[in-house]
Amino acid sequence: MGGAASCIDDAFRRHGAEALATLIRLVGDFDLAEEGLQEAFAAAAVAWANAPPDNPRAWLIAVGRRRALDQLRRKVSARARHERLAVEAEIDRQAAPVEPNEAEVAFGDDDLLRLIFTCCHPALALEAQVALTLRTVCSLPTTAVARAFLVTEETMAQRLVRAKAKIRAAGIPYRTPPRELLDERVRGVLAVIYLVFTEAYAGDPRQSLAAEAIGLARRLDALLPGRGPERSGQARSDVPGLLALMLLHDARRPARYDAAGDLVLLEDQDRGLWDRAMIAEGLALVEPALKAATPPSAYAVQAAIAALHAQAPTPQATDWRQIEGLYAVLLRLSPSPVIELNHAAALAMVDGPAAALPRVEALAARGTLDGYDVLPAVRADLLRRLGRRDEASAAYRDALRLARHNPERRFFRRRLAELEGRSG
Amino acid sequence: MQYLLLIYSAESDDQNQDAATLMADYGAFTQGIIQNGNFKSADRLKPVNTATTVRVRDGKTLTTDGPFAETREQLGGYYLVEAKDLDEAVGIAAKVPTAKHGSIEVRPVWSM
Repeated sequence: MGGAASCIDDAFRRHGAEALATLIRLVGDFDLAEEGLQEAFAAAAVAWANAPPDNPRAWLIAVGRRRALDQLRRKVSARARHERLAVEAEIDRQAAPVEPNEAEVAFGDDDLLRLIFTCCHPALALEAQVALTLRTVCSLPTTAVARAFLVTEETMAQRLVRAKAKIRAAGIPYRTPPRELLDERVRGVLAVIYLVFTEAYAGDPRQSLAAEAIGLARRLDALLPGRGPERSGQARSDVPGLLALMLLHDARRPARYDAAGDLVLLEDQDRGLWDRAMIAEGLALVEPALKAATPPSAYAVQAAIAALHAQAPTPQATDWRQIEGLYAVLLRLSPSPVIELNHAAALAMVDGPAAALPRVEALAARGTLDGYDVLPAVRADLLRRLGRRDEASAAYRDALRLARHNPERRFFRRRLAELEGRSG
Repeated sequence: MQYLLLIYSAESDDQNQDAATLMADYGAFTQGIIQNGNFKSADRLKPVNTATTVRVRDGKTLTTDGPFAETREQLGGYYLVEAKDLDEAVGIAAKVPTAKHGSIEVRPVWSM
């Protein structure tokens, strides 16, 4: 029995998303496919007790499809007889070729790509795209998705129901977009992946979704048609650029928090804890991603910045001059107040805190970053380095008020205690 | 599936367009979707100052001047189109001439 259970767990991890992706195509409905797959896994607990099938994925697809069609029959039996006959004829027509071998033939990686593009369709709200991707492509339970985004399970469940209802009602197609739409849609998928990553990165490191985000980017890179020159320069810069960016940031995760779970700043991190294998994989992607398109993708430029940090053996050896230059490039590519803030922080490392402070204050005055804890945190740090302790304390208090996660809150409290200790 | 493309724009923005060019663009667009088999029907509406709003409350009919809510963008017309999915409908909506200065709401139609 233990053998069957671990075999089923393994099949769920390895084939859950692929089987779901194929079932959605075969039965034409997300909910029906999910119900069918759930029943197939329940049936597997019994059927696989003696001997698991040679091809678990094909088995799951074949049984899942049969169960989904049974579900559909039960639903239509509640309807009027003349309607029922028409729908049942359609079900019988669909149900005819359900044999494991044929289901296997019907499966392609294409289904997973279809699922990714459908979940990340721009007609869905971004938060719905993220939720649907984590639930279906990453096979995360609804509770885990809800926890990651700090909402209740009920709220997340409703968000998923509404998203699936819109896919059905609005006629969002289940397909990989045609060439003329591909670049735009790939950018949409990348935005979802990056959001998963940044939420995960800022949140509790023990419940990290970073691995899910990195896995998604790897899959997208592997599945997208035409990895060579026939893929557009944009996609050849964007996809590996984002993958490299996430790898280079996540490589630092073992050093980002101390034993107590407190945040450790880049300059104070034990660089020996950084994941060298991830850094090597990320570094190898950066150059080609930068060169694949002119101008390069913003993700690739951000990856290049992360690469400079990763390559510095000590904080003092960091090439801040080049980092400052890359932020200036990034600011031209995709102007945003957050990048302006990062640029100012890099400038402080090159020309000193006094040169950067006016830029940060001007940003604060514009008000576009109100509510973002990093702005007062950067300002506080510059003031602290300039010896303006009272103003620094006040700014750390602003940051503390706005911080969304506990490690950040503890860090700001620590800095406050240091400042107040010294001034007393 | 059938989709209703609702054409919204600020009437002040419409007045800034070259009327002859806009009419020609609409003519070409409509011909195009007729030839592609997407066209079901379409109408242009008279300006919003000709609108009357009707509500029935407690059995009494209330008739008032103008639209219910004062929004900057007003409904100026519509196309009813046949499209195989939302992507095709969005592709058609993007070619409606007013999309360049107004906005097009794409709504699936209940099939009976």
